[in-house]
Amino acid sequence: MKPFTYERAASPAAAAAAVARTPGAKFVAGGTNLLDLMKLQIETPRHLVDVNRLGLDTIEPTAEGGLRVGALVRNTALAADPRVRRDYGVLSRALVSGASGQLRNKATTAGNLLQRTRCPYFYDTNQPCNKRQPGSGCAAIGGFNRNLAILGTSKDCIATHPSDMAVAMRALDATVETVMPNGQARRIAIADFHRLPGGTPWVETALVAGEMITAVTLPAPVGGTHIYRKVRDRSSYAFATISVAAVLRPTTGTARFAFGGLAHKPWRVEAAETRVDGGAKAIAAAALAGAQTTDQNAFKVPLVERTLASVLAEGAAA
Amino acid sequence: MNDKPAFTLSRRGALVGGAAAAAAGAVPIDAGAAPAQPAPPAVPVRFTVNGKARALELDPRVTLLDALREHLELTGSKKGCDHGQCGACTVMVEGKRINSCLTLAVMHDGDDITTIEGLGRPGDLHPMQAAFVKHDGFQCGYCTPGQIMSSIAVLEEIKDGVPSYVTADVAGKPALTGEELRERMSGNICRCAAYSNIIAAIADVAGAKDVA
Ligand SMILES: Cc1cc2nc3c(=O)[nH]c(=O)nc-3n(C[C@H](O)[C@H](O)[C@H](O)COP(=O)(O)OP(=O)(O)OC[C@H]3O[C@@H](n4cnc5c(N)ncnc54)[C@H](O)[C@@H]3O)c2cc1C
Ligand code: SF4
Ligand code: FES
Ligand code: FES
Repeated sequence: MKPFTYERAASPAAAAAAVARTPGAKFVAGGTNLLDLMKLQIETPRHLVDVNRLGLDTIEPTAEGGLRVGALVRNTALAADPRVRRDYGVLSRALVSGASGQLRNKATTAGNLLQRTRCPYFYDTNQPCNKRQPGSGCAAIGGFNRNLAILGTSKDCIATHPSDMAVAMRALDATVETVMPNGQARRIAIADFHRLPGGTPWVETALVAGEMITAVTLPAPVGGTHIYRKVRDRSSYAFATISVAAVLRPTTGTARFAFGGLAHKPWRVEAAETRVDGGAKAIAAAALAGAQTTDQNAFKVPLVERTLASVLAEGAAA
Repeated sequence: MNDKPAFTLSRRGALVGGAAAAAAGAVPIDAGAAPAQPAPPAVPVRFTVNGKARALELDPRVTLLDALREHLELTGSKKGCDHGQCGACTVMVEGKRINSCLTLAVMHDGDDITTIEGLGRPGDLHPMQAAFVKHDGFQCGYCTPGQIMSSIAVLEEIKDGVPSYVTADVAGKPALTGEELRERMSGNICRCAAYSNIIAAIADVAGAKDVA
């Protein structure tokens, strides 16, 4: 690790101001992604602002009948909360599909949203990577890209966002709450939070420098059958090849689907949700419209359709 | 760690550098060529380890795992990967299992930490330690301290109702089955593949019958 200085913030606004003010500063929450990348010198912050003890680790009901999840709530605590298990099962399931028991005890709501890609070339400092080193090129295009994106890609980057939790939050229409360095609060819809790579793959979210996540709010429960199906190379402790977060409401004939492992952000196409009557084939066709595949990752297209078929069958049996 | 001349590297520095280099496959070996960067100022940290109050002054880069192993000489917790992938460094912090390699020691000021050394000792083993011996839950033993810490935590997590990916009804009470134990133990890798005996040891402690 490169040398850095360390401070414990006194409040969220003070933390945001400290990161905005100090050159090369970053927030540290659970540290499970940041420290991993610092050891490889992919991240080289010169100052760390610890946001762990600011009282942002509670889950409170909102006036609208939903839940406000503090930015520092651990992934295990969120997955195990009785209200989440009862009313937002898709989120509980997505959380426990990710990482390991030990990592989930440390990983936080904000850190999980902001974890960086698992593209193998992003991790290999000998290789060109526009995300790690702007302008150096993309080794994944034309390289080993079996697990990379098929939607919303650009000629500069085809990385996926690796979070499972974020996919469920996209299906639930969550909102990210932040505090800016000037102390002002802001709300960002999860749909607008993660960006597509475009010509600036290193700009991954809508956050501005020093902006700190304080919470994620979930709207009032939507009911229905909640399913999170993760397909991966081994059955536990592996990142998604593809994943489907689904909320099925057969009585009203409506459904919601968000997908992981396909793009630089959780992928949701509302038009696909009006095609439930057409079954997996019709939903997949609408959700994957415009997909651009490589020889290695073209299998994700039929895999999404088959996984949807299995999710619909599980929903029908529930 | 190519930020100091090679000949001044401590054993700890060499180990950290070695692990990082192996993982990245990319860190230059001619560390002597890199210009020296001043070490950041040491930060005081106090925590309780296995019931004993400890006070250290640490470079903020020191992980909790390195603080335990190299500063407090508690070498029971192992460094397998140093990247959160193997579970050999699993310790309990404030009663919860975490990977001590992916957290900074200075972030744990005031915390209560338990390592494998805090569980039991020869002649007075923790029931989980005794069960690992009884069921041959290890071969080389390198992963074993992490496996035992995780095993104890897994039984607590099931008792507390924490769901897992194989829990059929996340709103309900998780069952004590082999499938649940295996899923919950997946963050602890055993290169000797003692897995089935580890599950037998955990099931024995939990008093679970017919766990397969
Ligand atoms: C071996 C391994 C396997 C994994 N498998 C999976 C998996 O299958 N699925 C999955 O989804 N994830 C997986 N993960 C990733 C894990 O979920 C993330 O590492 C974790 O969620 C990150 O949270 P953290 O709190 O530790 O973040 P940190 O490492 O502390 O921070 C991550 C980033 O967020 C920033 N940040 C943190 N808090 C804030 C805040 N409040 N406001 C603004 N910025 C902030 C930091 O500056 C940093 O850039 C895995 C990780 C490992 C090591
Ligand atoms: S896909 Fe993106 S992250 Fe991967 S090498 Fe290309 S630019 Fe880097
Ligand atoms: S050494 Fe910490 S998980 Fe491997
Ligand atoms: S006993 Fe050898 S690695 Fe597990």
